[in-house]
Amino acid sequence: MSTKVVDRTPLTFYERSYLPAILSGLKVTARHFLRSAKGHNTATDLSQGYYPEVPWTVAEGYRGAPYLVRDQEGHTKCVSCQLCEFICPPKAIKITPPGPEGIPSDRANAEKMPREFEINMLRCIFCGMCQEVCPEEAIFLQKDYSLTGTSREEMIYNKEKLLSLGGTHAGIQKWKHKLESAQHQEVFPVKTH
Amino acid sequence: MATAQTISFREPASHAAEVPKSAVMGEDLQELQGDKLVLNIGPSHPSTHGVLRVVVELDGETITKAMPDIGYLHRGDEKIAENMTYNQFVPYTDRLDYLAPLANNVAYALAVEKLMGIHDKLPPRCQYIRVICCELARISAHLLGVGCFAMDVGAMTVFLHTFTEREKIYNLIESLTGARFTTSYTRIGGMTRDLPPGWVDQCRKFLDEVVVCFAEVGSLLTRNRIWVDRTRDVGVISKELAINYGLTGPNLRGSGVAYDVRKAHPYLCYSDLEFDVPVGSVGDSYDRYLVRMEESQQSVRLLHQCLDKLPGGADNRSKEPFHVQDGKTVLPPKDKVLTSMEELIHQFMLVTQGVNAPPGEVYFGAENPKGELGFYINSRGGGTPYRLKIRAPSFVNLSILPAILPGHMMSDMVTILGSLDFVMGECDR
Repeated sequence: MSTKVVDRTPLTFYERSYLPAILSGLKVTARHFLRSAKGHNTATDLSQGYYPEVPWTVAEGYRGAPYLVRDQEGHTKCVSCQLCEFICPPKAIKITPPGPEGIPSDRANAEKMPREFEINMLRCIFCGMCQEVCPEEAIFLQKDYSLTGTSREEMIYNKEKLLSLGGTHAGIQKWKHKLESAQHQEVFPVKTH
Repeated sequence: MATAQTISFREPASHAAEVPKSAVMGEDLQELQGDKLVLNIGPSHPSTHGVLRVVVELDGETITKAMPDIGYLHRGDEKIAENMTYNQFVPYTDRLDYLAPLANNVAYALAVEKLMGIHDKLPPRCQYIRVICCELARISAHLLGVGCFAMDVGAMTVFLHTFTEREKIYNLIESLTGARFTTSYTRIGGMTRDLPPGWVDQCRKFLDEVVVCFAEVGSLLTRNRIWVDRTRDVGVISKELAINYGLTGPNLRGSGVAYDVRKAHPYLCYSDLEFDVPVGSVGDSYDRYLVRMEESQQSVRLLHQCLDKLPGGADNRSKEPFHVQDGKTVLPPKDKVLTSMEELIHQFMLVTQGVNAPPGEVYFGAENPKGELGFYINSRGGGTPYRLKIRAPSFVNLSILPAILPGHMMSDMVTILGSLDFVMGECDR
């Protein structure tokens, strides 16, 4: 195993005079001073400016607040399978399924959609597991990172709010294709004797 | 804690305090001679780096006894782990050593993979990305450790420069994992995503900049008389004492014991990479500082090797897998889940029941920035651990305080706490 004993040579007489340390310290400061005099500002180099005047632009693929999305035709994508509710490590998601009497869905042939879908943004940790497990691509972590509210109730986002914040996500329209193939089967010529 | 005096102190192991009696002491002062003052440092004190409370007994300005009191940040992580599947616990590991969440993610994933017997079947690209994560986390944690240590001792400038560099690491981590702080990057059997395009070049650029920062920190501290006077021969931990108290990480190596889990029990692809293990010779705070600085430089060296050797290259044109190819361990690809029945079933099974771990017990320790972070998993089979024990390096490293603090001046305590570089999120867990 290659080990390396760190160098701790005692300070020389010159170094004990504090002078070299002061000089090298000033050198570091001067270097940074000249850099910023030339227009380089660390804060603006690393981001676009000073938060909150200039909001932080998050990286591609950032995990912000999770919102529900609609498909191209404005239908709710979520089918209330409750996988996200199950996986959610801080238990922030609460789904109320439609039940036997509820409206199954807002589009033809889809099995069901949630009667209520609530995310408690005070509990949510933006881990992204809901998006990862969703078998319908119905929930996405979007770019919002600064959520504020004046009460706890306000921070529980319901289905309506989540859908309006989420926007649309174009993708495979799974249930549309299922409907088409089902309709196709219905017009299939059946032999009659 | 009703009274601080009720805590039973253990006898200080070394450094019996010698307090010189002043000849010019007044009469009322002489009456006070021999009275000890019990002082609470923390739980909320700038130099305790979190919620550590140390009850010290002072004779004048000299510490005669010290007792750390921990548990202010206890969240019951080990019990929480028993009630969720293995993958669900990954976000909790972010919050152990919150200065190096990526390294915790990797250590935890490797522990569960060892239980499942797939730790040696990880694809090479996965191993290299995990090493990159670990070493970035190490640089980040050491930059903070040295910066805060210097700030506690009085050198404010260092802290500001190291934090600028950490910001760059956070930017890299943000584009890699999607979060700056709570990364939750690993899953059992792999990672959530591959390197984003252009990331390798950004990382190389950062490495070139961070070595400049190391040089600056070195020029501000290493040969600075004030710094040397404050840290040299302060908080000396002998080799034997370090081993007896079970120290790991830079604190152990500062005492001259060349034990590094990456070398002693290589995991991931560490055996293919070249790096030196820096060790100290005396075991004082100065040695621990030097070891941390050298270790960060070695991490840069490791990162350069990893980025060069990365299987599949920066863009992964050859489509190297970055997780194991097993539908019962990692979630199937999303397009398959949407269109195919088999994958949809796997998705539901894996999410609701978790990975199918065999019964048995396993311990896996990884070299984290603070020391050896170990996970002991006792499994009765299935997707949930029966018991998960976290061997937190900060917890063990703090246990040495009653042995090394007595005999030091009050202001040296700040130096010693800074040089031990602990983090309470991990200690109390």
